Amino acid sequence: MNIKSQIGLFIPCYIDQFYPQVGVATLELLMKLGLDVGYPLKQTCCGQPLANSGSEEDARDIYLNFVNNFSEFDYIVSPSGSCVYHVREHYDILEQTEEVRRVRQNSYELCEYIIDILGIEDLRIDFPHKVGIHHSCHGLRGLKLGASSELVTAHYSKVHRLLEKAKGIELITLDREDECCGFGGTFSIFEPDISVKMGKERILDHERNGAEVITATDMSCLMHLEGIARRNKNKVKFNHIAEILNQSRL
Amino acid sequence: MMNHAAKAGKFLADLKRADWHDQTLWIMRKKRDKAVSCVPEWEELRDKASQIKEHVLSNLDAYLLQFEVEAVKNGAQVHWAFDSESFNQKVYSIINGYQAQKVVKSKSMLTEECGLNPYLEDKGIEVVDTDLGERIIQLRGEPPSHMVVPAIHLKKEEIGELFHSKLGTEKGLADAQKLTSAARQHLRKKFLSAEVAITGVNFSVAETGTVVVCTNEGNADMGVQIAPVQIHCMGIEKILPRVEDLGIFIQMLARNATGQPITTYTSHYQKPKPGGAMHIIIVDNGRSEHLGNSKYRDSLKCIRCGACLNTCPVYRRSGGHSYNYVISGPVGSILSPIYSINKYKDLPFASSLCGSCTNVCPVKINIHQQLYSWRQEIFEKRLIPTSKRYGFKFAGKILASSRYYNFFGKNIRWALKHLPRKVLYHRINIWGRCRELPPAPDKTFNQWYQENYKRN
Repeated sequence: MNIKSQIGLFIPCYIDQFYPQVGVATLELLMKLGLDVGYPLKQTCCGQPLANSGSEEDARDIYLNFVNNFSEFDYIVSPSGSCVYHVREHYDILEQTEEVRRVRQNSYELCEYIIDILGIEDLRIDFPHKVGIHHSCHGLRGLKLGASSELVTAHYSKVHRLLEKAKGIELITLDREDECCGFGGTFSIFEPDISVKMGKERILDHERNGAEVITATDMSCLMHLEGIARRNKNKVKFNHIAEILNQSRL
Repeated sequence: MMNHAAKAGKFLADLKRADWHDQTLWIMRKKRDKAVSCVPEWEELRDKASQIKEHVLSNLDAYLLQFEVEAVKNGAQVHWAFDSESFNQKVYSIINGYQAQKVVKSKSMLTEECGLNPYLEDKGIEVVDTDLGERIIQLRGEPPSHMVVPAIHLKKEEIGELFHSKLGTEKGLADAQKLTSAARQHLRKKFLSAEVAITGVNFSVAETGTVVVCTNEGNADMGVQIAPVQIHCMGIEKILPRVEDLGIFIQMLARNATGQPITTYTSHYQKPKPGGAMHIIIVDNGRSEHLGNSKYRDSLKCIRCGACLNTCPVYRRSGGHSYNYVISGPVGSILSPIYSINKYKDLPFASSLCGSCTNVCPVKINIHQQLYSWRQEIFEKRLIPTSKRYGFKFAGKILASSRYYNFFGKNIRWALKHLPRKVLYHRINIWGRCRELPPAPDKTFNQWYQENYKRN
């Protein structure tokens, strides 16, 4: 097998369709870091929306499409902790061929990849804003991008590490540092009242503590929060973490 | 029967109360955080507690028999009940055997699960719950909304109203101390006249035949010390091998539940008092079958601390009664489908799968993963509406092919851009009731990439 020494860029379906600028920022950042990035054109989705709703059997072909698109890459990098978590955690229903194992082992969320694999922490970013970090649950508790507040462990946060060195940035602290935003995939439709209530409270927490911008490793959380904020005319803005990291002067 | 989502919507309609409920439980979560952070080896304790429980579940038969032998040696009478019906009958026949009429009962989720109170009341027995929260909901004729703080959904003013009508306190009383004092006087009479005291069991110890009951009010002790007959009701999973194992669980239970270092009373009952009788009923009620289910047997490790309820952003905002099962919150949502997957099919979906429950669990039950597994099973058993089922099948086909995916994506973006707002935000668009839809850019990332970057 001819293995390319390359990064495969996975842009999740909803980012591809609704937030292409997040994909662009991710690609540009990876290229600024001098990496050889490939983007398989036939990629679609990781299958999570179906599987979290209980229909993982209907997602099998989606999983296989993912594996076919990405099995030749050394690393698969994606601006979504949730999708990466899904690939790592839930592709266990597939026959564990060499390709499937590679794809599961080599998938990384963007911040995780930059810190753990590249070993870079200072991206020389300019971002003179008050920023609130929304810790998306699958990134935080699934991929362990940070220490979640329930555990008695040393505090760390990979997202903080990448942002705190940015010039002009002020990272705000929240009253509830890592409560879920209430998106939860189809949870947002099946339990709409709770979902929206959770989202509203997250936005208020960030605003109360002075955030101008809310950022996260997952655009899905931000799509939900921004949808609520726009409806209620909240002033706070939303940027995916890749958009902030791409302010890098590297 | 309304499902969880509908009940949650109703709960949230009273916004002030919903916020108050959320904040009250969040304070419990914060107290818990503070209490567990005082134990630097907390995560190791969780590992140990989980291992002990797993060991017990794998050797349950041997430990239960050992417990029985030791308990009988101590002078207790041990009974076995296969299901709720035989449990209720057993309790009644013990009570009836002493020709007793008046029973006091301290907190026990097992007796709630088996419906003991209505059963005994039907037979003409007076059962008085002596835990304050339990007594409040008993007087209201309600199930508990929380396994540790059963009346957490009620405000002082409502309890004042209740006590005014049931206990004759002055109208409009909302002072917690005065209300508690009224309850104490009321309960004191019940304690003094009780012929039988029933308790739940937090832990039981195989090597000593002891049962351990943790309370903050001392009501279990008051009942047991006064009534000549004591009955302890335990699920088969409550057993621990040795006394020294207790140290781990006693350290964890109250810290994780309410943020106290330990419950005010930790009572070890080993033998009957002079002239009295001690009965222990060991109850299965579906647990053996549960134990044989490798995917879900882990949930039998639960020690009923309630921390997963306090941390759950869905529980806090929907209240315990929205779950329609005796054990509410995340752990209830993985326990209930074992009893009836059809009846409780909405509960595994009452979660955003944030995973906070799993992280607070003192015995490391993988709660959010079990919720995920239950969803698969509910889907496979076709317990969700046909339209939803075919919708997902259809989505599976589209998302597995880049051609279909691009085609549908293009059409959705076209619709978002061109359809009038009235159509887009029609009531069938559940997302759009309280949220704006995402933007509809002209080009996808894929298109942009092909135009700008594609080599060759």
